[in-house]
Amino acid sequence: MANPLRSEVLKLYRNLLYLGQEYPKGPDYFRECLKSAFKKNKDVKDPIEIRNLVDQGESVIKELGNLYYLREYRDMKKLYHRQEMFTLLNVGRLED
Amino acid sequence: MSRVLVGVKRVIDYAVKIRVKPDNSGVVTDGVKHSMNPFCEIAVEEAVRLKEKKFISEVVAVSCGPAQATETIRTALAMGCDRGIHVEVSGKDYESLGPLQVSKIFAALAKKEEASLVILGKQAIDDDCNQTGQMTAALLDWPQGTFASEVEITGDKVKVVREIDGGLETIKINMPAVLTADLRLNTPRYATLPNIMKAKKKKIANVKPADLGVDIVSRACRGTEWDTVGSLYEQWRSRSEHGALVF
Repeated sequence: MANPLRSEVLKLYRNLLYLGQEYPKGPDYFRECLKSAFKKNKDVKDPIEIRNLVDQGESVIKELGNLYYLREYRDMKKLYHRQEMFTLLNVGRLED
Repeated sequence: MSRVLVGVKRVIDYAVKIRVKPDNSGVVTDGVKHSMNPFCEIAVEEAVRLKEKKFISEVVAVSCGPAQATETIRTALAMGCDRGIHVEVSGKDYESLGPLQVSKIFAALAKKEEASLVILGKQAIDDDCNQTGQMTAALLDWPQGTFASEVEITGDKVKVVREIDGGLETIKINMPAVLTADLRLNTPRYATLPNIMKAKKKKIANVKPADLGVDIVSRACRGTEWDTVGSLYEQWRSRSEHGALVF
């Protein structure tokens, strides 16, 4: 692996590992998936390919952030904006 | 350019199933996952966005509580706040710490730090008081924009769209002001590992309420118990003068 990319890949791994702590199916499940995903690509040598894979990893980070946010938003909305949810259901609209 | 104070509270995580202690004296908090109050996250996000849009120059995260409160301040720093202030309150004082005491602390800090805005979450998910923002504004004699779902700064005025029963209300208030964040104000960013690492370099000052000249004695007093409604009514009647209740 090219040297500058090596530290990026490591950073990505650590970042994903940290984010996986809140994963709905459990941090252990997430860690196994993460390990196997990185292991699968361990022999990739082409820097452009590595770059692509790192970008894929970054988009996973974004998706995890969105997942965690939506989960919290949904629960907060249920707790604090219940009235509204009933109104929406009555009118037959689907929002948020 | 101006400074914003953001209040953050460490509460039991919103996803945790709350358990009552066996002696019914409260809820189990030992070993239970704690995190930043969701509405405080939204408040921090708004403050950081205002800074990114260059309306304000510095965001200061404040939390009142025992040593663990610094964890919550660290999260706020990782989300983009510049520095933190930990107002140390622990033990019995912390158990009796309520909106009145916290708002006194925030009012004192707002004056000391010369803040132009104090942004808080609308309420905490553990006590659901929904009082601290309003009380802070009253103590400072500042205008308040509560339940904010939209905030826009033009010059020294703030346009706030508030979520109220029955719809939305738009108000324009002068700065300095107190704002409280409602759910739809924004989408808070998640504190990723690189940001948390960067935040370790940011400073958290430690102060005591006494340093700010604030007395945090609880105003809550235990009421009197009456055996029957009749005896309560008798007391009321005997204390009334000219038909008015006198205590």
